[in-house]
Amino acid sequence: MRIKVEPRLTSTWKLSVAIPFFSLAAAILSGGVFLFFMGVSPLQAYRAILTSALGDAYGISETVVKAIPLIMAGIAVMLSFTMLIWNIGAEGQIFMGAIAATAMVRFFYTDNKIVMLLLMFLAAAAAGGIWAAIAGYFRAKWNVNEIITTLMLNYVAMNFLNYFVFGPWRDPSSLGFPMTPPFPDSARLPVFWGTRIHGGLVLAIILPLLFWVILKFTRWGYEIRVMGENPKAAGFAGMNYLKNVVLVMFISGAIAGIAGMCELSGLQGRLQHGFSGGYGFTAIIVAWLARLHPIAIIFVSFLMGILLVGGETLQIVMRLPLSSVMVFQGLILFFVLGGEFFRKYTLRIIPAKDTPRKEGA
Amino acid sequence: MEMIIPILTAAVRSGTPILYATLGEILTEKGGILNLGLEGIMLMGAYTGFSAAYSTGSAWLGVAAAFLVGALMGLVHAFICVSLKGNQVVSGLALAMFGTGASSLLGRNFVGFTIPGLPRISVPILADIPVIGPVFFSHDALTYCSYGLVIFFCWFYSSTRPGLYLRAVGDNPRAADAMGISVAKTRYFYTLAGAGIVAVGGAYMSLAYTKMWGELMTAGRGWIAVALVIFAIWNPARAALGAYLFGGVEAFQLRIQTAGTTIPTPVLMMLPYLMTIGVLLFISIKKGKGIIFGAPASLGTPFFREERD
Repeated sequence: MRIKVEPRLTSTWKLSVAIPFFSLAAAILSGGVFLFFMGVSPLQAYRAILTSALGDAYGISETVVKAIPLIMAGIAVMLSFTMLIWNIGAEGQIFMGAIAATAMVRFFYTDNKIVMLLLMFLAAAAAGGIWAAIAGYFRAKWNVNEIITTLMLNYVAMNFLNYFVFGPWRDPSSLGFPMTPPFPDSARLPVFWGTRIHGGLVLAIILPLLFWVILKFTRWGYEIRVMGENPKAAGFAGMNYLKNVVLVMFISGAIAGIAGMCELSGLQGRLQHGFSGGYGFTAIIVAWLARLHPIAIIFVSFLMGILLVGGETLQIVMRLPLSSVMVFQGLILFFVLGGEFFRKYTLRIIPAKDTPRKEGA
Repeated sequence: MEMIIPILTAAVRSGTPILYATLGEILTEKGGILNLGLEGIMLMGAYTGFSAAYSTGSAWLGVAAAFLVGALMGLVHAFICVSLKGNQVVSGLALAMFGTGASSLLGRNFVGFTIPGLPRISVPILADIPVIGPVFFSHDALTYCSYGLVIFFCWFYSSTRPGLYLRAVGDNPRAADAMGISVAKTRYFYTLAGAGIVAVGGAYMSLAYTKMWGELMTAGRGWIAVALVIFAIWNPARAALGAYLFGGVEAFQLRIQTAGTTIPTPVLMMLPYLMTIGVLLFISIKKGKGIIFGAPASLGTPFFREERD
């Protein structure tokens, strides 16, 4: 008996839903095995995750709060991934957006809420956008590997943030904690329904819809997709690859920067050390698990939100380090990659008596 | 001079983990597989090395355990990239995340413990040479192993049959396949071996450099190593040069921090990362202007035996 791998010629929508579902299930199962061997009860851990994230209205609102920056950052990296440009630097772009928004509050403070928020929004978009566009420009002009530059810029941005919150912007009355003074009211996004869900939610709904329309129905969106699939063909068709690399990176970074601004203005109310719990990295999984589909990003972000809220509970209740959530994130990615294989290929079992006509792989 | 020698010595010391990681990644990439998971593999290596050394009392068992765990992670990567023909970038990112999370989870009970670790051994005679002696020959055995590894790889890639086969698989898998070399087996083997060496780099951090375990203790060195592979243009000797250069920047940065400077610490901490970007930029601009660029031609692309292009 032999197993033969054959390309799958047709793909059904059922397969497109079933594969991510089974990938996720396999990740949860193997994560449970891992926890079991760590001496942690997987059932107890999973129950803690689910009840804290979905058990009551507060849990669900907290999950939404986590999903908001994930959706935005997910859209950001999705856009660059569509063009096969690997922006791994959303985390740093979130930091830069947050720093720029804070700078606006400090230096251009106004009582007018609309003006203040608009200033913060524009500054965050510009800062995040430029931060990403640097890597995009290097890539476009000299073919510098953007994975490394965006990653290194994460560390640089993190140190920038530390410089400000430990140094010149530190709140003198914070008892030494590395944080800025709280934002005034005009710099805060509105919150809804008496929860911590904030105005960023609006963007988290609009942005996926907007980019779905752009990628599906506009000429530019079409160009981006073609460039991702076949840059050479795009070049022959007269599309400007280099210009678009910089542009796509700028937009990608700008969205991540806005995500940083919303997180500060809507949720945390001040800039502080380590304020983004790795949203930029989780966004990579979100985008990949959603198969770069803008609308799917909303649902996947909600799922990841459950994991993040649950992760904090595990940290408090079961004393597991917060970064252990990354075990699950890694496992999910592995199984999604494994699932891709079954989307592209089918396995056919050939009985032993059949003499193979051609040597197989 | 009194200032320079300690910095150079420290440069070799802090460059050694990066050197191991870079050498391991070069080995993997020569076969055409890109492994971006170095940060996670190094962290797992650091944790495994420490915990094995702590529980057995032998630092060398720690090194061996780290190698095995690294190779195991390489196996996962090879399975996804070679057998399932998955996306190498995403698989590498998954490894980085998994390794980061798993090492903090597994190591949570080891935080704050210390071990004797690898002792310093001055090489007789060689250690007495001025400048070179203290800089290169006043370290631990794992550092001396890394010198040997550099020399070994230089010889291996250029003058041995397996080295030639490996390069053939990375440059032109179709031709290698036609020669009768198994592309899949070769890629599996060197992905495992490479990841094992990367993990030893991580183990150096906990066994020789700090002699303790701490969450996220590699602090981006894995990513810097990925960049150094490009700087080294896949050449082991240049990898050593690059690793010590980075070790030097780190040592310099630490030294002026402790000397009490007016430059804020976070600004100093940016230096290695900014330098990585600078080095990458320099190399990329120079590429095609006379420099021989050694990237394996099929790096990052899966090999399909039955498809013809």
